[in-house]
Amino acid sequence: MDVLATLEGLWQDSGFSRFFADGGWKSLIMIVVACVLLYLGIVKKFEPLLLVGIAFGCLLTNLPGANLYNPELWDAFLDQASPYYQSYGHILANGGLLDILYIGVKAGVYPSLIFLGVGAMTDFGPLIANPKTLILGAAAQFGVFFAFVGAVVLGFTGNQAASIGIIGGADGPTAIFLTTKLAPELLGAIAIAAYSYMALIPMIQPPIMRLMTTKKERSVKMEQLREVSKAEKIVFPIIVSAFVILLLPSTAPLIGCLMLGNLLRETGVTERLSDTAQNAMMNIVTIFLSVSVGATTVADRFLTVETLMIVALGLVAFAFSTFGGVLVGKIMYKLSGGKINPLIGSAGVSAVPMAARVSQIEGQKANPANFLLMHAMGPNVAGVIGSAIAAGFLLKVFGG
Amino acid sequence: MLNNASGTPMAVGDSLIAAVLGYAIVFVGLIVLMWVVMIVGRFMFGRSKKNKEKPVEAAQAAPVAAPVAAPAPAPTQVSALAPGSAGDIKLYDTPPKVAAMIMAIVADEMGKPLNELRFKSIKEVK
Repeated sequence: MDVLATLEGLWQDSGFSRFFADGGWKSLIMIVVACVLLYLGIVKKFEPLLLVGIAFGCLLTNLPGANLYNPELWDAFLDQASPYYQSYGHILANGGLLDILYIGVKAGVYPSLIFLGVGAMTDFGPLIANPKTLILGAAAQFGVFFAFVGAVVLGFTGNQAASIGIIGGADGPTAIFLTTKLAPELLGAIAIAAYSYMALIPMIQPPIMRLMTTKKERSVKMEQLREVSKAEKIVFPIIVSAFVILLLPSTAPLIGCLMLGNLLRETGVTERLSDTAQNAMMNIVTIFLSVSVGATTVADRFLTVETLMIVALGLVAFAFSTFGGVLVGKIMYKLSGGKINPLIGSAGVSAVPMAARVSQIEGQKANPANFLLMHAMGPNVAGVIGSAIAAGFLLKVFGG
Repeated sequence: MLNNASGTPMAVGDSLIAAVLGYAIVFVGLIVLMWVVMIVGRFMFGRSKKNKEKPVEAAQAAPVAAPVAAPAPAPTQVSALAPGSAGDIKLYDTPPKVAAMIMAIVADEMGKPLNELRFKSIKEVK
């Protein structure tokens, strides 16, 4: 046995040697990026349930030689000229573990199932008690369309711009769902930007909220919400599903699952299913979704100027969504004769319940006797529906 | 633009039109949904309000209609009518023991006897 040749073969086979190959340094940079994301998720607690999985997926996919995720298989899957166009069989036969898990993202299964869990965890009571807050959920989609135009100006295609814009909806599953359909090559960057900014909402929103409102406006105490009957809560998901899906059929997977989850929660006769949707299923899908999305951050596709542009546009999208929500909140403040606190407008970005908590904190800073949390939950959950409608529109326009 | 970019380049003017149209559709969709929820809410809230009022009315009417043979009112009716009591409290996702503890703490913090306070509902904020 030739020991030297064996050792050389082992070295050349190992991932370590590939760091010294052409472009290997990019993998090293991505491993550092993965470690930074892990630090943010674990130590700084930035959306840890998703960011830890995304970061670990990023780490795994950038370890040379692991072959857990093979982007060239997905290029063939998307290439109409390829014999493997739209062939999941080819992926299953030749892909690594993360390729196979990614099928759930590509088929739109994971984001929809996450919405099922979100629906099961969400109390739409504050929205039903004060349906006017739906307007704030619409207003806070301003950043989606502002960033969309900004992305087109910067040279992105319509599909890519739509996927970048939806970051402003502050809704991770919706952003992943839309990007997978319209611009899968940007999925890693968009998912990381969306979840990072969602975690940074307590830092992004307050300066904009304070800049746009007076202390008098921020101090407004809102009337207690009316009680919502069980029957109303049961009928709500049925009505919303029917109405929104009839309006924009492309929203069916997201809105259908969101409202099914909510119906399971509210019926009172499906507690086991609601519990599974909220906990076991949600946790399993979160693991699959986060790791497979992280796997798309392959070094030579992620380390580009476009990624930096997406990160910048994501921040713009979040800022202008907050701006739109607070602006319409101010209009409602005027129209209601000072009964509506404009701070609840910022909660129209759908990061639930983080954005509502920010409204509560800012309201209490202006007036310690102010309790805006339940009032802000209305626009907050309306934002989930609003961002799904925005995504449905963009999917219809750019998805054909 | 990336080499493997999905879709085709778009004129800025077209993107502005698409953005305005999209924003308008989100607004129109949610405003119409607001009306639908309001109408359904008014219909259902009105019904549930009536249902709540019925037992009280029945309990008030009962002694007049049949003062001798009037059956003992059900416990819910008694609590709805109980003079001087603090009324009912609605608990959402809150066990009675925790609710009792919260009420005691609030009374202590406010420096008022518990029977002078009225708690309408206790709900866990998640």
